[in-house]
Amino acid sequence: MSHPSSPLRTRIFRWSAPILAAPLAGCNWVVMNPSGDIAVQQRDLILISTALMLLIVIPVMAMVVWFAWRYRAANKAAEQDYDPDWDHSTKLELLIWSAPLLIIICLGALTWVSTHKLDPYRPLDRIDARTAVDPRVKPLAVQVVALDWKWLFIYPDLGIATVNELAVPTNVPVRFDITASTVMNSFYIPELAGQIYAMPGMKTQLHAVANKPVGGVGFSANYSGAGFTHMRFGYKAMDKAGFDAWVAKVKADGADLDRAHYLTLAKPSEKAPVAYYSAVEPRLFDAVVNLCPRPGQRCMGELMHVNMMGGAGKESARETQGLKYDFPDSHVIDQAERNEGVQTAPDAPGATETPPDHSSHSGADAHAQHR
Amino acid sequence: MTTTQMIFGRLTWDAFPWHEPIVVATFVAVVLGGAAVVAALTYFRLWGYLWKEWFTSVDHKKIGIMYMVLGLIMFLRGFADAVMMRLQQALAFNGSEGYLNAHHYDQVFTAHGVIMIFFVAMPFITGLMNYIVPLQIGARDVSFPFLNNFSFWMTTGGAVLVMCSLFLGEFAQTGWLAYPPLSGIAYSPATGVDYYIWALQVAGVGTTLSGINLIATIVKMRAPGMSLMKMPVFTWTSLCANILIVASFPILTATLVLLSLDRYAGTAFFTNDFGGNPMMYVNLIWIWGHPEVYILILPLFGVFSEVTSTFSGKRLFGYTSMVYATCCIMVLSYLVWLHHFFTMGSGASVNSFFGITTMIISIPTGAKLFNWLFTMYRGKIRFELPMMWTVAFMLTFTVGGMTGVLLAVPPADFVLHNSLFLIAHFHNVIIGGVLFGLFAAINYWWPKAFGFKLNVFWGKVSFWCWQVGFWLAFAPLYILGLMGVTRRMRVFDDPSIHIWFIIAAIGAAIIAAGIGAMLVQFAVSIWKREELKDVSGDPWNGRTLEWATSSPPPEYNFAFTPVVYDTDTWADMKRNNYQRPLSGYQPIHMPSSTGAGVILAGLATLCGFALIWYIWWLAGLSFVGIVAVAIGHTFNYKRDFHIPQDVVTRTEEERTRTLAALGA
Repeated sequence: MSHPSSPLRTRIFRWSAPILAAPLAGCNWVVMNPSGDIAVQQRDLILISTALMLLIVIPVMAMVVWFAWRYRAANKAAEQDYDPDWDHSTKLELLIWSAPLLIIICLGALTWVSTHKLDPYRPLDRIDARTAVDPRVKPLAVQVVALDWKWLFIYPDLGIATVNELAVPTNVPVRFDITASTVMNSFYIPELAGQIYAMPGMKTQLHAVANKPVGGVGFSANYSGAGFTHMRFGYKAMDKAGFDAWVAKVKADGADLDRAHYLTLAKPSEKAPVAYYSAVEPRLFDAVVNLCPRPGQRCMGELMHVNMMGGAGKESARETQGLKYDFPDSHVIDQAERNEGVQTAPDAPGATETPPDHSSHSGADAHAQHR
Repeated sequence: MTTTQMIFGRLTWDAFPWHEPIVVATFVAVVLGGAAVVAALTYFRLWGYLWKEWFTSVDHKKIGIMYMVLGLIMFLRGFADAVMMRLQQALAFNGSEGYLNAHHYDQVFTAHGVIMIFFVAMPFITGLMNYIVPLQIGARDVSFPFLNNFSFWMTTGGAVLVMCSLFLGEFAQTGWLAYPPLSGIAYSPATGVDYYIWALQVAGVGTTLSGINLIATIVKMRAPGMSLMKMPVFTWTSLCANILIVASFPILTATLVLLSLDRYAGTAFFTNDFGGNPMMYVNLIWIWGHPEVYILILPLFGVFSEVTSTFSGKRLFGYTSMVYATCCIMVLSYLVWLHHFFTMGSGASVNSFFGITTMIISIPTGAKLFNWLFTMYRGKIRFELPMMWTVAFMLTFTVGGMTGVLLAVPPADFVLHNSLFLIAHFHNVIIGGVLFGLFAAINYWWPKAFGFKLNVFWGKVSFWCWQVGFWLAFAPLYILGLMGVTRRMRVFDDPSIHIWFIIAAIGAAIIAAGIGAMLVQFAVSIWKREELKDVSGDPWNGRTLEWATSSPPPEYNFAFTPVVYDTDTWADMKRNNYQRPLSGYQPIHMPSSTGAGVILAGLATLCGFALIWYIWWLAGLSFVGIVAVAIGHTFNYKRDFHIPQDVVTRTEEERTRTLAALGA
């Protein structure tokens, strides 16, 4: 273990990768064969960690089988070895505590380094193993909103938005800002990078880059209610020309995504078709994160600011209207359609629906933003 | 509010799923089956017997057996849920929606998780500890025998509430940990989450109290000479598990109280609005949840230690390091909870910290595995059923442990979190560790509890079905996880992954055969109990005190409290030609049976039911009832009795004769 870590790691990887990866070829093992640099590094980490652990796991399993066989009662050959009172050996004790310890020290060091290097919040410093990021290139920003049960992608710099279809240009760093409209989801594109939770009232972030033009899927990896199973979107990594053409198509075909349209779109629905928007209200994502998508609402960011400045006086304590977002009977996002899966139910003629609720109040902000 | 609403809350005729043929058929079957059981009990006049000898009994052995029966019944229910999921996922391809809609499927996977953890694994380990621990430490009962009976009935009450949700209203559709905001009233307005909350609260009282009870028992009631470092390892692991229970279940209780306040009283702890924070719930529930998995596995680690040592005919290798490893695991289990949600957006340093603490747990766990290994080394291993399960555990659990450490590497977790790889991992450790351990324990201690061994043939059939079935059911899930398939999916688009789900379903069918074989094993063994009879009380050449008494042990366990000189007390006694004392019997002071536990737990269950359905008057009334009965019970002065000297003498002389006949 005296070698510097990176050649060692490379060597372990070179040694283990073919063994571990060979049976994986030919199938749709996307996690083991992704096309984005972050996911590739995560895959490598899986292989290296597994190889490190196999160093101890294989001998242990072999010893279990060997000892079980060798010292079976029926084995006359082992009889003279029988030693019913042998229950201690300092050397062995040292070995059995230190062997796992050594592996864990290696794995722990690897974990510390890789967790920091692959922190989803950390801007990328490389496009792939051979190419560093050009500091002049601004990452492509994509704002992601997990709606019930579909995905909204806003490209703030391009002024466009899509539903259930995400396109990114290859070899350009992408920064995802992620939130959700009502409940927790997890934003995951196995081809591109690991997942991160999408949570209402909060913003999470993911930096990633696509290296190859591919088509794939992304989905919610955290159960979010009846329509969860169909909460999937198309993922397209395209070269520069392809992406520009795609943007042009969105701009040509699209409608306008304003607040009213958002509130309609955000209503629960399943298997929502792909939709394009050629224009997006610029502050829509901020409003969603701050739980104030309805025009005229106060946003929690504003409220936090008021609180930080010492609050708005005692009389404001009774003013709760603006604090409501989805409190019972005050859903800002209409929940009439949230019906416990009746739409997709082939055999549930009588499944009861929650009563429709159109009583959304004007205010809905007030939520600490945790990041 | 109408009068009907006043009386019945939100419970209406529509709450009964008339329109669901599967549920109605199940209900009819349950009603007919239940009626048949009731009729049989009445016909054979068993009610009085059951009530007097079992339901109101404070004997730790009977309560232990009742826990095991509860666990077994709920295991069948939980497994039925598993089969339904496997079937749905095997069918829902190529445009098919399968046979379950989201409303049902989402309840099924939630119920499966809740039932398997809270009402299968917990009763099984509590029952095991209840039965074995007092015997191993040479005690006559637990510290608080009435509390023990009450704890059992509270656990049962929780199970009853979960079962109720099958036929009245619905169960939670949230996943087994009911994350808000989804589990909040805004997105889960129906009864499901309320069933979840009150079932766990009622059962949680039982679990916490039984934890306190067993800690007190182990700390205060050990036989003379049994210092802490002379305790059998199973007792040690039980002690650690119960410390974990007492330290962690209050967190669950508090978390669920906060969630119920959100749902019932309009507070905003975990809501989106009013500054609530769902992430706090996720943290709190896992601060309970991670110790919980060690609560489940630690006692079984103890079982494997006992079994390995007994069937290798050797002292346990590294007793001291085994004890320290257990204590390390106990402490570390509190420092790892965040690894259940690396993906929630914590910073890299926080994630690394929790990743590394998680890996560190594998060091004491690895040490334990080596200790078992070196216990086998230079031993004379008899491959009876308990030992077979133990070897299977060592092989299976090692794989599960490895995938667990892999998931503890945060960047790896980002791609595997919530995937079927994760599902495969925790089934790998829970089935490979907890269930295999339970099967080892059942085969090992059954002769102690009932005086006859279990049938070996059917035991082996069950064993091999489980081995093959387990890998067929869960290896495909590892593979699917690496293909990016996430958990809790109901329908699939990609036909290329269909085959793996079919294999997994076949695996589940083979496991079903394994469970069937186990039931047959019980039945055949009871049928042929005369052939399988063990009168020695020590069928395996055991090493710890429970084997020193008869099988089944007399009500008072030991006529004379044994004196302990060594960790393997019974082996030590046998080696030194221990002679049973044959005279000088004294009357034995024992706790009396009481119905108060059944009544209190019944009222608590009723209270939970009323709260689920918003039947406020009934909730209030039953709560007042609980307080009244609890106070009333303090005036019950008939709490103990003495087993007369002549009864003890007669029992012991009977045993002397049996042993003499055996020796002759």
